[in-house]
Amino acid sequence: MNAAKDLALSRDAVADPEVKAANARAATPRRKAPAAGPAPQVAGRPKFHESARAQVAGTATYVDDIPEIRGTLHAAPILSTVAHGRLLGVDAAAALAMPGVRAVILARDIPGDPMLGNFAHDEPVLAQDTVQHIGQVIGVVVADSVMQARRAARQVVCHIEALPAILDVHDALQAQSYVLPPVFVKRGDAAQALKNAAHVMHGTLEVGGQEHFYLEGQVAYVLPQEQNQWLVYSSTQHPGEVQHWVAHALGIDNHALRVECRRMGGGFGGKETQAGHLAVWSAIAAHKLHRPVKLRLDRDDDFMITGKRHSFAYDYTVGFDDGGRITGLKLMMAVNCGFSADLSGPVADRAVFHADNAYFLEDVEIASYRCKTHMQSNTAFRGFGGPQGMIVIETILGDIARQLGLDPLDVRRRNLYGIEKRNVTHYQMKVEDNILDQLLSKLELTAQYRRRREAISAWNAGSPVIKRGMALTPVKFGISFTATLFNQAGALVHVYTDGSVQVNHGGTEMGQGLNTKVAQIVADELGVAFEQVLATASDTGKIPNASATAASAGTDLNARAAQYAARNVRDNLAQFVAGLDGCDAGAVRFAGGEVLTPGSARPFTEVVKLAHANRIQLWSDGFYRTPKIHYDKATLTGRPFYYFAYGAACTEVAIDTLTGESRVLKVDILHDVGTSINPAIDIGQIEGGFVQGMGWLTTEQLVWNDKGLLTTHAPSTYKIPATGDVPEHFKIELWPEPNREDNVFGSKAVGEPPLMLAISVYEALRDAIASARGGKKGVRLTAPATAENVLNSLRA
Amino acid sequence: MTLPSAVQNPVETIQFVRRGEVVTLGNVPPDRTLLEVLREDLACTGTKEGCGEGDCGACTVVLGEAEGDAIRYRAINSCIRLAHSIDGMALWTVEDIASADGPLHPAQEAMVQCHGSQCGFCTPGFVMSLFGMYQNHVSKGEPITRALAQEELSGNLCRCTGYRPILDAAQKMGELPPVAVDEPALLQKLQQLAPTASGLEADFSYQSPRTLAGLLKARAAHPGAQLVAGCTDVGLWVTKLHQQFEQVLDVTRVKELRRIENYPQHLAIGAAVPLADAYAALEADRPQLHNFAARFAGLPVRNAGTLGGNVANGSPIGDSMPLLIALGANVVLMSVRGHREMPLEQLYTGYRKNVMAADEVLAWIKVPKPTALENFRVYKISKRYDDDISAVCLAVNLQIENGVVQTASVGAGGVAATPVRALKTEAALKGQPWTLATVQQAIATLRAEFSPISDMRASAAYRVEVLGNLLQRYWLESQGMRQINLASFTLEETA
Repeated sequence: MNAAKDLALSRDAVADPEVKAANARAATPRRKAPAAGPAPQVAGRPKFHESARAQVAGTATYVDDIPEIRGTLHAAPILSTVAHGRLLGVDAAAALAMPGVRAVILARDIPGDPMLGNFAHDEPVLAQDTVQHIGQVIGVVVADSVMQARRAARQVVCHIEALPAILDVHDALQAQSYVLPPVFVKRGDAAQALKNAAHVMHGTLEVGGQEHFYLEGQVAYVLPQEQNQWLVYSSTQHPGEVQHWVAHALGIDNHALRVECRRMGGGFGGKETQAGHLAVWSAIAAHKLHRPVKLRLDRDDDFMITGKRHSFAYDYTVGFDDGGRITGLKLMMAVNCGFSADLSGPVADRAVFHADNAYFLEDVEIASYRCKTHMQSNTAFRGFGGPQGMIVIETILGDIARQLGLDPLDVRRRNLYGIEKRNVTHYQMKVEDNILDQLLSKLELTAQYRRRREAISAWNAGSPVIKRGMALTPVKFGISFTATLFNQAGALVHVYTDGSVQVNHGGTEMGQGLNTKVAQIVADELGVAFEQVLATASDTGKIPNASATAASAGTDLNARAAQYAARNVRDNLAQFVAGLDGCDAGAVRFAGGEVLTPGSARPFTEVVKLAHANRIQLWSDGFYRTPKIHYDKATLTGRPFYYFAYGAACTEVAIDTLTGESRVLKVDILHDVGTSINPAIDIGQIEGGFVQGMGWLTTEQLVWNDKGLLTTHAPSTYKIPATGDVPEHFKIELWPEPNREDNVFGSKAVGEPPLMLAISVYEALRDAIASARGGKKGVRLTAPATAENVLNSLRA
Repeated sequence: MTLPSAVQNPVETIQFVRRGEVVTLGNVPPDRTLLEVLREDLACTGTKEGCGEGDCGACTVVLGEAEGDAIRYRAINSCIRLAHSIDGMALWTVEDIASADGPLHPAQEAMVQCHGSQCGFCTPGFVMSLFGMYQNHVSKGEPITRALAQEELSGNLCRCTGYRPILDAAQKMGELPPVAVDEPALLQKLQQLAPTASGLEADFSYQSPRTLAGLLKARAAHPGAQLVAGCTDVGLWVTKLHQQFEQVLDVTRVKELRRIENYPQHLAIGAAVPLADAYAALEADRPQLHNFAARFAGLPVRNAGTLGGNVANGSPIGDSMPLLIALGANVVLMSVRGHREMPLEQLYTGYRKNVMAADEVLAWIKVPKPTALENFRVYKISKRYDDDISAVCLAVNLQIENGVVQTASVGAGGVAATPVRALKTEAALKGQPWTLATVQQAIATLRAEFSPISDMRASAAYRVEVLGNLLQRYWLESQGMRQINLASFTLEETA
């Protein structure tokens, strides 16, 4: 057959090193897509989440739901009760004597490297001679049942000689206690600009961390296989990293280990690195006992052990003109990283990158200190430092407006990036896709900002106890992993002889709808129904070396890779059908479950069967790497981001000046997702991200006592938003413009950016506080704005 | 102590109705939770554990009990529910409300159509809370308003959606083709399970007496047994403190204690009455209690926990006690030796300590009816508005006649080791003219009366200041000021 011959030729072409290099440069599929691509039938529609029906029926499987293999044992962690100390010994006799207990696993049981195989290599798998936070895992107890293991873990006595502990980021700064060296970014001459400024303001700010509170706690299930091979079920955003860490700890090759994750019950960044620890601990136990071992953390233990969003402390001096435009800024960020580096470097970097948010900072100096404290090692959390970068500049602009007696929105707009001028970030990236001005104008209008601002002022004047406040704040969020190497993805598309399609990619499903979007893209590529495409579990045996599903880039990377894989299969089929009909392959179209040539229409299923009979390859890989990005790690300059996602929120709140309690009354959001692959899922991301951000800034307070014990370690004490916290007026509108960069379906990433829309809640609260206090002074409000912090701010 | 009865007689049978069939389980330890039974013993993993303390709702299931010729449906948290307590009831989990190959239940279908699930882990719990709402409202032709949905779903946490689609789903259920529980058939099954005995089989380690006399006898015979009601606190001793009980004495089946009796001068609320029902009764007399009642934990806890349990447990931050103290409630303690009655605040002797003898149980809570002059308000401060534990709670009940405070009754929570009556503040108010000067004096007295602690909920300084400010709010409200309380604040009225 001609088609087969063509295919063979094309295989040869791919083997040619030059062609290979060209393909890699262009990061395009092996062959050009037909000029007349199919009109999308599936993408762009609000398809239900691919697992929705299973989820509502209770049949969607999470790691702890997998039927246990006979002989499975259960592990529970032994935790340090001291924030910093010398670990002198562990007495496990009492625990070992308890019913059902099989073993106590300590650092000495690690067959490979006792240090975790992560990037910084600064974290012991299990504490050995020192402990560095309350909740650090010293070992695990393994028993026949979960409760037996948990009961016994409490009976293990750890002899620890306490050492001085650093429990406050300011103390760490003072002591120059760092997990990584400080980073300084500057442009222009901030000192001179401050000298010349018409107005200068100095301030400090404290912003708390945040617990992920994924509803499914951390869990791993490790099964020894034949010949020192391993199967790991992990609730992880990064199966490849889990594979790498476990292999490193066991001292085996990566190929002997398969990690699978069908779905997570929420991730939010909390399962990017933190899931790996559990897999490693379980694997060490499974290795020692030659039994399957599962470790599912009790919620309280999960809080005590795992890292959280980094809390930040800031110190700034800002110069500005009479109109509120910033002319110079010196900003210090002290990042509370906890006891090890984990992802703190890139998190702190992203905070530096986003200290501008939507605003042009001409003469600026930013110092970022990555402080080491004896606390949980803080980690990725939706926004990844972006929120902490943005909130400080929004705080500054809010106070500039108050000091000058101007409307904060006017001051914000005066500082926005320009189109022709004032369009280069402090890290030397040109902002090419700026829609901030139009976007803010539109929201200002639809939310009736000006009218309501007046109404609120008038109302406040007559209201002695309740004060309302409002703020409209923008978001400009850079999309791409700042570590350039992570911006790659692979996928496999299999078409079976019955015409059903299976797609697999390196991303993971944590509820964000990645599998749904990928399936939509693949369905359109092959012109089949959405229901015909099945996305299956993430599996390191299928897609190797995959990046974490993080940085909002899951769809950008994986849907594109899957699209390319599907396109390869489609091209094979097009060539084949063109051969049958004697037409050009480019004239073959795939739509509505049919394969169409100028002279014929065949059902897709029939074409597939026929193609298989003619030995045409019905499956393919796809590979994508993000173009254009590069940056210098030392100076933090370059183009770290492929594009920016934009959005803005207008939020109205009320505070009670007797108690400091607050309520969010009204929220209007206008957000840019490019051309939406699935509007229902995107709106879900926007709403969910906003509410999560609102929690970070209002009720979600993490409290450690003076011994370094986290005293908010369960939902009884740590309060994420509940149904009653969401205002009835909660309107989301999507910005009607495709991504200006060439991205899958013209879409933009949506996972993280909306979280930062919630800064409007914080700014609205400060507006209400200012209204209660009167005068032209700034409002110092420690985040989260709990009732107590609001009352303190009112009294300050 | 006698030997653990489980050793004497290992047959610890539980029977309940599920999917129309009677399920019989043997050898269930008295402290095994319903969630463990579901996930580990029955391999039904649709029901999830999110927190193990009844605060996230992922484990929500619905229980059905015969009440006359109807079924009473209650969504509860299976993670802190002792499995034995559902003996004789009907149980629905997320896997039970639709057949595997048939259409979804409206509670499920509405969640799909409204995009109410993202990661899906909280979803089974939400679906079951929705199923409870479906049975209690939709199937009776009652519409589900957004306010009702918010209230009844406040005990279910979702970290993905931001709730809007789930609230939409609650309101959409009623638009979908209806699905009914076959209640006559279920009642028949439940009848089969109705206890033939007293619930006091001598060798059983989990006893659920059916009569008050039986309870008192059992209590006298087993003073070491763990007394439980709805288990919304004791359940955490099992899941979080890893306590194991050899014997459990469950008061919730005692028919006398499940009654609310309405007398001319007072309500008598049996100690086994669920919080939801108890508060509904209190609210019937004092509608201003609605917001406060709806903020007491989440519905699954209010459906399981009892007012008697909340009172007997005596947590300093339990919300019922300041309220009941200010209302002048009495408690009745009973034993085989007789009964005694005392003002509620006299029950407590220290942090979670009380005057109850080893053979005594708390049987009744007597709450005086409102009087014409009564001006009663209760205020709660917590980090989150719904389903949170108070940092401070203040209940104020004054009778003012001719501008003079005739009686003053003030209860406070979160300010001492026990719930307390603010005696000094009451003294500063009683007999005084109801004026700003009096209130200012009372505020100063109230702030000086207690020395609260600082903890993760609030600092001592905040608690002290706000306590006074809440009394100030009471004053302002008594002067007819509106829109000064976020609990009742509505934006519409500000337009």
